[in-house]
Amino acid sequence: MNAAAEVALKPAPRRSRGARLLENRNVLSALFLLPSAAILLVFLTYPLGLGVWLGFTDTRIGRPGIFIGLENYEILWHDHVFWLSVFNTILYTVAASVLKFALGLWLALILNEKLPFKAFFRAIVLLPWVVPTVLSAIAFWWIYDAQFSIISYSLIKLGIIDTPINFLGDPTLARASVIAANVWRGIPFVAITLLAGLQTISPSLYEAATLDGAGSWQRFRHVTLPMLTPIIAVVMTFSVLFTFTDFQLIYVLTRGGPVNATHLMATLSFQRAIPGGHLGEGAAIAVAMIPFLLAAILFSYFGMQRRRWQQGGRD
Amino acid sequence: MASVTIRDVRKSYGSAEILHGVSVPIEDGEFVILVGPSGCGKSTLLRMVAGLEHITSGEIAIDGRVVNDVPPKERDIAMVFQNYALYPHMTVRQNMGFSLMLQKAPKAEIEERVKKAAGILDLTHLLDRYPRQLSGGQRQRVAMGRAIVRDPQVFLFDEPLSNLDAKLRVAMRAEIKELHQRLETTIVYVTHDQVEAMTMADKIVVMHDGIIEQIGAPLELYDNPANLFVASFIGSPAMNLIDGRIKANGSASFETAGGESLALAKAPAASDGRPVVYGIRPEHLRLDDAGFAAEVVVVEPMGSETHVMARLKGGGEIVAALRERRAFKPGETLRLSPDRDLVHLFDKETRFRL
Ligand SMILES: Nc1ncnc2c1ncn2[C@@H]1O[C@H](COP(=O)(O)OP(=O)(O)OP(=O)(O)O)[C@@H](O)[C@H]1O
Ligand SMILES: [Mg+2]
Repeated sequence: MNAAAEVALKPAPRRSRGARLLENRNVLSALFLLPSAAILLVFLTYPLGLGVWLGFTDTRIGRPGIFIGLENYEILWHDHVFWLSVFNTILYTVAASVLKFALGLWLALILNEKLPFKAFFRAIVLLPWVVPTVLSAIAFWWIYDAQFSIISYSLIKLGIIDTPINFLGDPTLARASVIAANVWRGIPFVAITLLAGLQTISPSLYEAATLDGAGSWQRFRHVTLPMLTPIIAVVMTFSVLFTFTDFQLIYVLTRGGPVNATHLMATLSFQRAIPGGHLGEGAAIAVAMIPFLLAAILFSYFGMQRRRWQQGGRD
Repeated sequence: MASVTIRDVRKSYGSAEILHGVSVPIEDGEFVILVGPSGCGKSTLLRMVAGLEHITSGEIAIDGRVVNDVPPKERDIAMVFQNYALYPHMTVRQNMGFSLMLQKAPKAEIEERVKKAAGILDLTHLLDRYPRQLSGGQRQRVAMGRAIVRDPQVFLFDEPLSNLDAKLRVAMRAEIKELHQRLETTIVYVTHDQVEAMTMADKIVVMHDGIIEQIGAPLELYDNPANLFVASFIGSPAMNLIDGRIKANGSASFETAGGESLALAKAPAASDGRPVVYGIRPEHLRLDDAGFAAEVVVVEPMGSETHVMARLKGGGEIVAALRERRAFKPGETLRLSPDRDLVHLFDKETRFRL
């Protein structure tokens, strides 16, 4: 038996239990996770838990409530304003997200082409996103003003209409107006993220597709779109979550009016809880948003799951 | 199958001209290799044939039809890219059938043609994998498969083997050559590896700084390099090039800068004292007691032969590929003698062969 084999056969020296535990991947990762888990618990779970608890009480401002079970939810079940807000929220989210996606993708594709002053245009596109929401909401408020609207003014000067449009006074128009404002604000995020995704696609793939006989639509359909789907899934999940929980735009522009036509669940929750004083009921409305958000997250989780072609290694 | 004619083609990016009038005739079914150092414009020329790059001036014709303004998809050519450019979201089967799918060929026909190409390239068992799940050599074969399935007029290859390891490269070299013999399709192939060029081509085009140095069959370039660049580029190890002048009083000979005199078979007319570059390939030097002296510096045994780098008496280094199986020691003095009939002389000014 030679020396090397002898060394190999010798049992490894025993190390202390602690040292071995530290080398265990699971133990180690649990250790590293502990601080962030604690922070999550204190700053996320506590307020969330408190909100859920408030939903089961009849707390009012200035008066601690008692546990009343599902009473708040029963009230909401028969409250048509609540159901209107659910409908509004879904309409707002779906319409705004679809528009943001379509326009954002279109913008990203344009910005990805060779065009003069590219950096300048990219900066411009980011503007709506950089401006604080409240500020842009106030700007839109002026744009939509019943008397001083720049849009009405222009259309009147052009002779297309003769009385100002009552953007925020008519239910349908008000809904369209807040959706338009949200889309304006949300496009940069979608466009810039998708642009970043577009730039990761190798130009030689397009060249290969060109030689394979693909026209520009086919290149988009068979190369760009499939390569972009993972990023689209992420961007749209965030976009949907932001839109669903939107509050500032609505609150500045319409406060939920006219006749609750633009009340979203978030604004209604605030309305009932703070100005209305019914903390318990407001909390219940907020809690009612959770199932929708969970559904959106689950949907994108399964949509976002790494596709088979992205996985490394062999099968 | 088709011929390709490249006539006085120029290419500029802005004010910088990088191809200065290139002409290459390529016959139907020929395997032509563009070879040259990095940055000499090989890829650019290939991409112009493919239609991916605008032609600044000159003409490219495929099968007699000038294609300067014909879009790539109508040129009926297939290209294998250096990085393969496989579609990562498609399986091997979908990658290979993509062009047929775009042409709206019937499913059964696509399947059949993909199967046939996969059979040729030994890819049948990999058809359902994604590119990520393949090795470099397998990806390379898929890229070739994608080209074969289309049965194009011309194949274009841009350094397809440069990402592979040495052994796989040798194997793929043989495979590509066999493929060409089987399909008999015109191939234009770009590489900067002269061994690849020598082993595969029917015709080699040596490029350098946007011009063509020489076009010819591999052995033609080896035996009769037209100028110093081709002489030093073709052949491995590279040809020895020694500065000096001709002495033609009585018998013809060449005198190195260091004063060493080497006999010549014959001197070019009226050339006494003319400054020239003397070229001799390492494999055309042999041990000979009557030869010139050189001191061994580095020894590289290759197995079948030994490459000996040696210093000449008056300065300058020379490499000899010797078949003798004996131990050469650094510091030892060898006597070497060139094969007089295989010496190349080049004009020092024009750099052309004399
Ligand atoms: N888009 C471009 N703009 C400006 N110059 C370019 C462009 N593309 C290539 N060039 C220049 O053209 C020259 C030839 O490039 P090309 O890619 O054809 O070289 P090559 O012979 O294929 O080299 P390699 O062996 O390294 O691939 C290079 O000097 C390069 O810098
Ligand atoms: Mg190149």
